[in-house]
Amino acid sequence: MDVEILSRLQFAGTIMFHYLFPPLSIGLGLQLFLCELAYFRTRNPAWEAAARFWTRVFAVNFAMGVATGIVMEFEFGTNWAAYSRFVGDVFGSALAAEGIFAFFLESGFLAVLVFGWDRVGPRMHLFSTLMVFLGSMFSAVWIVIANSWQQTPAGYHIVWQDVQGELIPRAEVTSFWGMVFNPSSVDRLTHTLIGAFVLGAFFVASVCSYYLLKNKHQEVAKRCLSIALPTAMAFTLLAAITGHDSAKKLVETQPAKLAAMEAHFHTSDEPTGLTLFGWPDAESETIHFGVTVPYLLSLMVYNDPTKPVPAMDQIPEDERPPVWLPFQTFHLMVGLGTMMIGVAALACLFWYRGIYGQSRWLMWAIVFMPVAAMTANQAGWITAEVGRQPWIVYPSVQDGVEMMGLRTADGLSESVTAEQVLSSIILFGIIYSMLFAVWVFVLNNKIQHGPESAEELTEYKRNLESDSMSKNFARSGKLLGGDMMDEGTR
Amino acid sequence: MSYDLLTFIWFVLLGALLVGYAILDGFDLGVGILHPFIAKDDRERRLVMNSIGPLWDGNEVWLVTFGGALFAAFPVAYATVFSSFYLAFFLLLTCLIGRAVSLEFRSKVHSAAWRKVWDIGFFLSSFTAAFLLGVAGGNIMSGMELGPKYVYEGGLLSQVYWYPLLVGCLTVSLFALHGAIYLYLKTEHELQARVRRAISPLFYTFALLYVFVSLATWWHVPHATENIASYPVLWIVPALNALAVLNIPRAMHLGKPGYAFFTSSMVIAALATLFSVAIYPNFMLSTIDLSYSVTLENARSSVGTLQTMLIIAVIGIPCVLSYTVIIYWIFRGKVTLDKNSY
Repeated sequence: MDVEILSRLQFAGTIMFHYLFPPLSIGLGLQLFLCELAYFRTRNPAWEAAARFWTRVFAVNFAMGVATGIVMEFEFGTNWAAYSRFVGDVFGSALAAEGIFAFFLESGFLAVLVFGWDRVGPRMHLFSTLMVFLGSMFSAVWIVIANSWQQTPAGYHIVWQDVQGELIPRAEVTSFWGMVFNPSSVDRLTHTLIGAFVLGAFFVASVCSYYLLKNKHQEVAKRCLSIALPTAMAFTLLAAITGHDSAKKLVETQPAKLAAMEAHFHTSDEPTGLTLFGWPDAESETIHFGVTVPYLLSLMVYNDPTKPVPAMDQIPEDERPPVWLPFQTFHLMVGLGTMMIGVAALACLFWYRGIYGQSRWLMWAIVFMPVAAMTANQAGWITAEVGRQPWIVYPSVQDGVEMMGLRTADGLSESVTAEQVLSSIILFGIIYSMLFAVWVFVLNNKIQHGPESAEELTEYKRNLESDSMSKNFARSGKLLGGDMMDEGTR
Repeated sequence: MSYDLLTFIWFVLLGALLVGYAILDGFDLGVGILHPFIAKDDRERRLVMNSIGPLWDGNEVWLVTFGGALFAAFPVAYATVFSSFYLAFFLLLTCLIGRAVSLEFRSKVHSAAWRKVWDIGFFLSSFTAAFLLGVAGGNIMSGMELGPKYVYEGGLLSQVYWYPLLVGCLTVSLFALHGAIYLYLKTEHELQARVRRAISPLFYTFALLYVFVSLATWWHVPHATENIASYPVLWIVPALNALAVLNIPRAMHLGKPGYAFFTSSMVIAALATLFSVAIYPNFMLSTIDLSYSVTLENARSSVGTLQTMLIIAVIGIPCVLSYTVIIYWIFRGKVTLDKNSY
């Protein structure tokens, strides 16, 4: 296999694995903050038990996000050196801003969030939780801006640089805010963040429903569900709205991607229908077993059922993305999203009628919803990234001047060989498989162990207080932490 | 502000990020290297790990931000250095992942075997990361087989020879010493006494390697001393460095471990500064043809981006420093174990 395919496989594999964790951190961060806010206002120990429990889950997940995230930053340079030289002036600033504004904030206050429960007051702790949550959002902001710039570049021009006698192009920023607010960044950012909030809400709802099903930790579970279910409802709806906005703009910015997502091969004067599902075949430019609703795509894109939508045949042949994969992942995402709206609405309805705890089938459905949310997040990104091929940076028009793009094939590291990439894929394949197994195992452990009850927590805090009063910190460390069978269960 | 001045400022800022990373994550890695030798039972191992528990993650961010800033300010240097060190950096990533998950997962399960595995992982990843950072630094110092158009032409094996390996040993011994002084500050009783006994041999190992590397650099990397020779005022850096090295045992002997820790931090800062002075104005010197080298001038971003980035840095750095201070203040004092510990 060649370096391009291997490098793409490696990037896809490592970014998808990484993307299991940050959305959960962002989504769970919101739920955690809301739980702690409820504790701060009511001082009810059950809320504190909930917040402490979600902190433990959050910490495991956050560590995985950190561990797998640094890989991404290195890979731009190791595998995509030509790309890095082309976009460094633009992409680098967003990445550096992410480091300075987001990573320091979240990793600093994470220490207080995780280790500070018995060291700082509730106000400082709540503040730290908020900072961690905001930090994780900021990091999404900068990285999605950078990615959106590659999809719909703006605020830049191409400069030809003399490199040892040969002219080599690179993108240079002309307007920082133009780069930041490029045509797709706001839509894509809100959609991405909302996808994360959906995942977080369903994750909390899932664990809590599981506790209700098993008759465990009832009090904490019910409290958390009263936050998780309404937020799941709200954010699934918002996901549909922002997703629709995002897709609609593609006809202007990335018509090839839209055509691939909808497997829309032939332009005609007739109104364009929407294919609900099917098996697109790019060779013969047809959709097998397709079910199409007439007028619908025209209506969705233009708010006008009669206006035809341009198809793949408008795109030069060497600039067409693959069709099958973006079509299927896009439809998977939309299908799962619709299902999640339904399930969340039903769960909310049952919750407010007070019959949620009796409908075991619904609770079991909620238990599995995080898988749906996570799959939808991944599928959305596959659509976005495969649908923009063969470009790693899209060509664009700035102030009437055509700007060249960068093809994925031209972005590789010249000095890296296929053997090197293959060996790093194997190395990381092994490491990530093991990590995944350990993560599932430890997460399951945490969930099975569950939160303390309000009484246990009050007792623990009372002990802590009397210990500190007798100024026996060294011994209290031994008492509380010495016994291996008793401790280390954070 | 002129383009050249901006470029120089960014070179200095990158140096500052590197110094910050080496000082802060240096003691994390050092603690990891010492972990199996210092701690005798499970409680002590947990104490050692928790001494850096709340801090290591924020410390690693200095490296992440260094990478991001290098990408933004000198994209060509970022692209060339990272693709040249392909396998070395993937090993480094493996180590950083290994360190993170060893800390996070070790104490989550009550099984001696489970904990043993992560203890080994913690040691190996810390040790290897420190070593690889030194090896990469040594290679950068002495120059690499960089061909035309910034394409690295050497193989993996051309990065593995005596000089970088020696520098790798130096970083391991330096971080181990730095980590030991840190542990001395954070521990008590028997564990602390054991740490104290380790400091002297660690210091002599480091001092010996420090002399070796200095001589080796003088002999093997002639261009390293040229910058100092052309700006004689820079002699103050190696001079202070040598004094700082000698001050470590003195401070420990005087019973001022905080002062010793400050001094070992200064040794790291001075070594990182010497490294920056030595390579200036190149990021990667080509041993094939000098004109193929990656320099400040051919690697830098546009003047607009350097300006924007400077504004970002001016806003960001005070924030970063203030919450770093807050976090270190909250977790000051001797390490104790509670329900929230690793």
